[in-house]
Amino acid sequence: MALIHLAILLPLIAAIAIGVIYRYYKRLHLGWFVLPVPLIIVIYLLTLVPRVSNNQLIYESLAIMPRIGMNFDVYIDGLGLLFAILISGIGALVVLYSIGYLSHKEDLGSFYVYLLMFMSAMLGVVLNDNVLMLYLFWELTSISSFLLIAFWFMKERSLYGAQKSMLITMGGGFLMLGGFILLYIMTGTFSIREMISQVSAIQESPLAPLAVVLILFGAFTKSAQFPFYIWLPDAMEAPTPVSAYLHSATMVKAGIYLVARLTPLFAFSELWVWIILLGGLITMTWASFNAIRKDDLKAVLAFSTVSQLGLIMSLLGLGALSVVTGANEEYFSIAVVAAVFHLINHATFKGALFMVTGIVDHEAGTRSLKKLGGLLTVMPISFTLTLITALSMAGLPPFNGFLSKELFLEAMIDVREANFGALADVSLIFPLLAILGSIFTFVYSILIVYGIFFGKRTYDTPKEPHEAPVLMLISPAILTVLVLVFGFFPNILSGTIIDPAAMSIMASDTPLGTHLYMWHGFANPALWATIFIVITGVLLFYFRDKWMFIYDYHKERFTLNYLYDQGLIYSRFGSRKITDGYMSGFIRSYLVYIFLFFIVMGILTLLNTGIRISFDDMAPVRIHEMAVVLIILVSIGVILATKSRMVSIIMLGAIGFSMSLFFVFFRAADLALTQLAIETVTTALFLVCFYHLPKKSRHQERMRFKLTNFLVSLGVALIVIIIGLTAYSNRLFDRISEFHIENVYELAAGGNMVNVILVDFRGFDTLFETLVFGIAGIGIYSLMKLRLNRKDENSEEHAEESRI
Amino acid sequence: MKNTLKKAGYNKVQKQMNDVFLQFTAKLVFFIIIMFSFNLFFAGHYTPGGGFVGGLLAAAALILLVIAYDRKTLENMVPIDFRLVITIGLLFAAGIPTLSFLFGTPFFTHQHTYVEIPVFGEVALHSAVLFDIGVFLTVAATALLIIVLVGEADE
Repeated sequence: MALIHLAILLPLIAAIAIGVIYRYYKRLHLGWFVLPVPLIIVIYLLTLVPRVSNNQLIYESLAIMPRIGMNFDVYIDGLGLLFAILISGIGALVVLYSIGYLSHKEDLGSFYVYLLMFMSAMLGVVLNDNVLMLYLFWELTSISSFLLIAFWFMKERSLYGAQKSMLITMGGGFLMLGGFILLYIMTGTFSIREMISQVSAIQESPLAPLAVVLILFGAFTKSAQFPFYIWLPDAMEAPTPVSAYLHSATMVKAGIYLVARLTPLFAFSELWVWIILLGGLITMTWASFNAIRKDDLKAVLAFSTVSQLGLIMSLLGLGALSVVTGANEEYFSIAVVAAVFHLINHATFKGALFMVTGIVDHEAGTRSLKKLGGLLTVMPISFTLTLITALSMAGLPPFNGFLSKELFLEAMIDVREANFGALADVSLIFPLLAILGSIFTFVYSILIVYGIFFGKRTYDTPKEPHEAPVLMLISPAILTVLVLVFGFFPNILSGTIIDPAAMSIMASDTPLGTHLYMWHGFANPALWATIFIVITGVLLFYFRDKWMFIYDYHKERFTLNYLYDQGLIYSRFGSRKITDGYMSGFIRSYLVYIFLFFIVMGILTLLNTGIRISFDDMAPVRIHEMAVVLIILVSIGVILATKSRMVSIIMLGAIGFSMSLFFVFFRAADLALTQLAIETVTTALFLVCFYHLPKKSRHQERMRFKLTNFLVSLGVALIVIIIGLTAYSNRLFDRISEFHIENVYELAAGGNMVNVILVDFRGFDTLFETLVFGIAGIGIYSLMKLRLNRKDENSEEHAEESRI
Repeated sequence: MKNTLKKAGYNKVQKQMNDVFLQFTAKLVFFIIIMFSFNLFFAGHYTPGGGFVGGLLAAAALILLVIAYDRKTLENMVPIDFRLVITIGLLFAAGIPTLSFLFGTPFFTHQHTYVEIPVFGEVALHSAVLFDIGVFLTVAATALLIIVLVGEADE
């Protein structure tokens, strides 16, 4: 366990600590305790920057399940480090901001626990070399973001948004796991680095296209690309610090990270390049077009995030070409640099914009652009911050957004140079889409600034607006300063952060020597594109009342959201219908289904494999064994004959105790002990259950019912006997017990084989069984308590339920 | 016993029934069973026994008290929140294997050593026993929780 493992798990450890202390300590805002965690991590990560930028990669392994290749292997290269710094750095700012944003009245304990969980999960995703662990952390981000989005769970919209985001991202995650397993089949390893060294194996495999599609499902759902972007606007129901965190630095960037990380693996595939390039551009244009008509500030920003992610995604698609056509292909390595740079820039300006939106919401009480307006004189600091970051988002000089946007336009215009598949034939479509998307981006950026701070001062805001407290302004101010610094001195990043990251995306060792500067001369087509964008954007903004009517043609019925909602309703309806069909409420019916299934499967298996039973080496039956069998038979007879339930239960106990005698005969003392204890406890359970059993006698049952039961039990008995005999008669391989007998003392220092197997050789089984047992106990507790509480309200329903 | 029989519908028995014998014996036997369950638990690594059986037996001992008296008396005698015990048990069961990371070994690699103690002689110290404590506590508390809850639900 290295320091870096601890750094990844530190938020989780802190989350556990917070979970304990928050009940007892209320005086100071809980955020102050949380703040050091991301700060420590970001400082630690920053100390690694010199090592990584000198191409000294850090690799720390921690075996978890070495046999199946699931190890917690931390691998830090430029790409992972960049993401990790973003996650922890923005995380620190978000925590600081949340101290001002969330008051003591909120459930701060849960909030920070979820947030820290999320932080750990994200760090785990971006610093992992093992795809299985990556998947584990990936799904943990889905779960913790679900909890964060549903933080205000009293609001229906929050729950809806949380469910939507989880359904979509987790569905994508499952498909992605399938892709990882395909990769394992192709290369025989779960380690990303080793996969990259075996690219040729993937290149030759016919499974590669399927793996590409499956993994891209994961990336596209997580990064909210078209057509999966619909969850992201609804995720806006989360508290604003969460939105700022999820959308500027973390959750949605995980998909980008995955694509960047796997680019060396799949760059050869035309499918990969096409899906990412075209998917990204379509997402960018479509989302920026939709952002303009939104009224809710956060919704505008959500669509803006989707569109910016599309931009980065398309750049990565183009960048993949540099891997396959060789790293010296300058056009496409520019795309990778632009992607990395824009990633950083987007984190800074989008984080700041979200925080300012939160401030406006907090101080004015509304986020509706219709209600806001003319706040320039009231909130001058917020205005300055918004203006700088929004202009950066629009891609105007001298801010950092301009630099990366120009690189983006340049790369898209240069697509025609590509010598890859059919790209050259349709190369015109890429710059067109890029410019169109940029125009809309420009319009909504201006719209945000104008809508909040200019225009007529409206006085119908729920709260009287005034400037935010300093505590809330610090974080966006820091981010805005970063926007300026990165804009004026972009080269402090290029050598230290951008180049290492771009190099790991391209899987090359040659230093790129990127040098970023503002002025590229008049010959640069990107400059003219920018000028065109600004002019068109201003015109569109000025005449916006004239053309906004086109949004009215976009009817509710034709949206993806409508599709999702309908799908949800019908899947619920359908599953309810199916469930109602077989859930009769009688446990005996369920047992009959289970047993029937068992019989059918048993017969099918036996027909398939044939029965071979030999009685040759069976041990002779001894007299005391016969005696026990006799006892069991008599008990069964009594159960069948008696009318009293009490007698039945006692006889059932007698059968159990006789079984344990068998275990004693065959020298399985542990089993016998367990059987005895179980028998005692279940008999006691039966006794206390007495009261709840139905009053009617079983002799009132109809003949048909009895006959079915008889046939089913006969079938089960026959199958079990046959399985037992065939299992004994067919020895295909050595008994596993030999291994245990030999190694019990050597490896585990134990004398009792059963116990050693339980706690050591097969400890996982025991661990999970214990978990299941504990969960079952707690589950029964909550079920019983709920029923007890409801009993008075609705006793009829209660009677219905207890009829099992 | 009185309560149990009453629940089972034996109203006649209840009037003449006197629980003194059962209650007195239960008190005595309870300690014997509990001691035996501890013995089973600690001996588990070398002779028959272990966390699961030990836990069930401990639960059985307490169930004897529930049958002889009732739930309220049990709560007075053994004032423990079983849910808390489940939590502690799960913490042990999941935490001990995780601790092996601190020693740089894969998940679930148990450590053991032998120590000389004056009276007992050579004694084996084994981290598997700590894991087994988790199993013991969870099993005992869950079994008990379920039975007590089901028994209580009829009031």
